[in-house]
Amino acid sequence: MVNWAVILNISKTHLLTKIKQTATAALGVTFGIGAYITLVCFMTGLNAMLDNLILNQTPHVHIYNEIKPSEKQPLTMYGNVKQSFSIVHSVKPKLSQKNIHNALPIITYLRNKKEVRGVLPQVKTQIFYIAGSIELGGNLTGINPLDEAGLFNLGDYIVEGSAEALQNTDNGILLGIGIAEKMALKIGDRVQVSPINGGVFPLKIVGFYQSGIADLDAVQSFTKIKTVQRILGRTNNYITDINVKMYDIEQAIPLSKKIEQQFKLTAVDIKTANAQFETGTKIRNLITYAVSITLLIVAGFGVYNILNMLIYEKMNDIAILKATGFSGKDVQLIFMSQAMIIGFVGGILGLLIGLGLVSIIDTIPFKTEALPTVETYPINLDPVFFVIGFSFAMISTFLAGYLPSKKARKIDPVKIIRGQ
Amino acid sequence: MSIVLEARHINKYFKKPVLFHVLKDINFQIKKGEFASIMGKSGCGKSTLLYILSTMDTDYEGELFLNNQLITNQSSEHLSVLRNKHIGFVFQFHYLLSEFTVFENVMLPAKKLGEKSLQEIEYDAYEKLKKLNIEHLAQKRASRISGGEKQRVAIARALINNPSIIMGDEPTGNLDSYNAENVFNIFKQLTDEQGLSLLIVTHDEDFANKTHRIIQMADGEIVV
Ligand SMILES: Nc1ncnc2c1ncn2[C@@H]1O[C@H](COP(=O)(O)OP(=O)(O)OP(=O)(O)O)[C@@H](O)[C@H]1O
Ligand SMILES: [Mg+2]
Repeated sequence: MVNWAVILNISKTHLLTKIKQTATAALGVTFGIGAYITLVCFMTGLNAMLDNLILNQTPHVHIYNEIKPSEKQPLTMYGNVKQSFSIVHSVKPKLSQKNIHNALPIITYLRNKKEVRGVLPQVKTQIFYIAGSIELGGNLTGINPLDEAGLFNLGDYIVEGSAEALQNTDNGILLGIGIAEKMALKIGDRVQVSPINGGVFPLKIVGFYQSGIADLDAVQSFTKIKTVQRILGRTNNYITDINVKMYDIEQAIPLSKKIEQQFKLTAVDIKTANAQFETGTKIRNLITYAVSITLLIVAGFGVYNILNMLIYEKMNDIAILKATGFSGKDVQLIFMSQAMIIGFVGGILGLLIGLGLVSIIDTIPFKTEALPTVETYPINLDPVFFVIGFSFAMISTFLAGYLPSKKARKIDPVKIIRGQ
Repeated sequence: MSIVLEARHINKYFKKPVLFHVLKDINFQIKKGEFASIMGKSGCGKSTLLYILSTMDTDYEGELFLNNQLITNQSSEHLSVLRNKHIGFVFQFHYLLSEFTVFENVMLPAKKLGEKSLQEIEYDAYEKLKKLNIEHLAQKRASRISGGEKQRVAIARALINNPSIIMGDEPTGNLDSYNAENVFNIFKQLTDEQGLSLLIVTHDEDFANKTHRIIQMADGEIVV
């Protein structure tokens, strides 16, 4: 039977009479946990921000008609050369249309799938922005403004104007901010665009678009699908791209495979498109945990040292306790509980300090062109980190306390009493 | 009269630095209410014997009985319970927990035993201190009282669980004759009034002569 009240009372007295050492040991833990919380909240906040930057803008599955050489060259149709080795020089892509054949039925088909959250058709084309005698090359993408705003946060990247304004204006254009600056245009102005196959169309500027990627902002503009189709002189089934957003991002891979097989189109899923991105996230996490664990190991050694010292100083006490009927286990628990109290107090303080630092970081302004929606440094305050941090503190002090307390358990009182 | 402590054929060897037969076939009994003293030249093995009898040293041959129960080869866990409940130990050097108050030092073995409520323990501890005329020291830190006072605190602590036997290794060795006399009187009173058994190692001839029985040791053997 363990008499906890007595054991805790003894460890409390030991700790309080050695308050300086206790505080040093606890501060080591505090520092480790505080650093862990700060680092992990900041790093994962950064990760989440960068993830969102990509994920929000990137469709889960992007379907388009890729221009590439035919897999089967005419030669292979010819039976006589089947057994022989043939070389075809200067293979050229097949002349085919850019748009997706039968786009409208495919869209309907995808919309009816229950794992699909939204299907957004787009019409992409190259145009020139015309300012006096200067022609600037660029891309014009026809979209459904409201759907894009709802599913891909288009609104976050409109610095002036709105998606609604584009929706409600015939011949409206959401102009890339880079183009607007080059051509000194403001909202309400008209900009003339010209498709590659000729003609000039004036469009009314309803807003500016800023993705944060300067090269993109200098070429990219948006308008309604209908407007692009009219500029290109195409009917309303002319669709060049279909973007799909899923409920569960994991479903993107099977869906893209299925579409490729079924419709003979190119379908790229987000995982494949951004494989290198996950590597970055993984490495940042690795750094966070490596640094935190290093700090905690250092803190653990601090606790280990101080406990060792304490046990050395308390040899007499240990001998007396054992002589008066405390078992080795009781003595071990006395010192274990001291380690755990140090871990507990240090850990809780560390969590509070971490929380404090994180709250401060959260208010530091972080303005960057690249991220128009971000105002302050990103922080991810996840309660799970606090649970992990606290467990860290308890586990590391437990390990640090185990060996010294085991030593105390084994101390032979007779040796100590004789030694006097 | 019932037998409290019995040693049968106790032998002990120290193996380092050379094999040394320190206790040779020790046999004796302590009866209830008996006040016995052990005398002998320095180095004859008195302390060694006492550590074995108090169950702190388990590395010996032979058999040891406490209240007629064999305690040789019991688990260390069980031995510490026995020590807590049945054996009070008073050292030559006043062994107290220096960071605790006198009162806490006295109460500690009773709290460990956990048979009484805190109020009862506090009452008992206070009674023991009063019996030893040191109740005024109760709230002082154990490191801030004199040697003679510490010795009496140690005796109060040894008494707190009303043990079957109290063992002392030169408990008066560090005291002046007045305080030594005082400690002897306390022991005497405990045997006479409460029938407590005592086994005290001493070099003090006067002290020993006043006890019921003297166990004389020489070279690891009992001679008388
Ligand atoms: N750990 C040990 N290893 C080897 N020999 C020891 C050890 N402890 C004690 N001895 C020897 O055992 C003998 C008995 O020691 P013990 O302490 O029992 O003597 P004592 O009778 O109590 O003497 P004193 O009256 O001086 O206290 C001594 O000769 C001592 O040198
Ligand atoms: Mg001795």
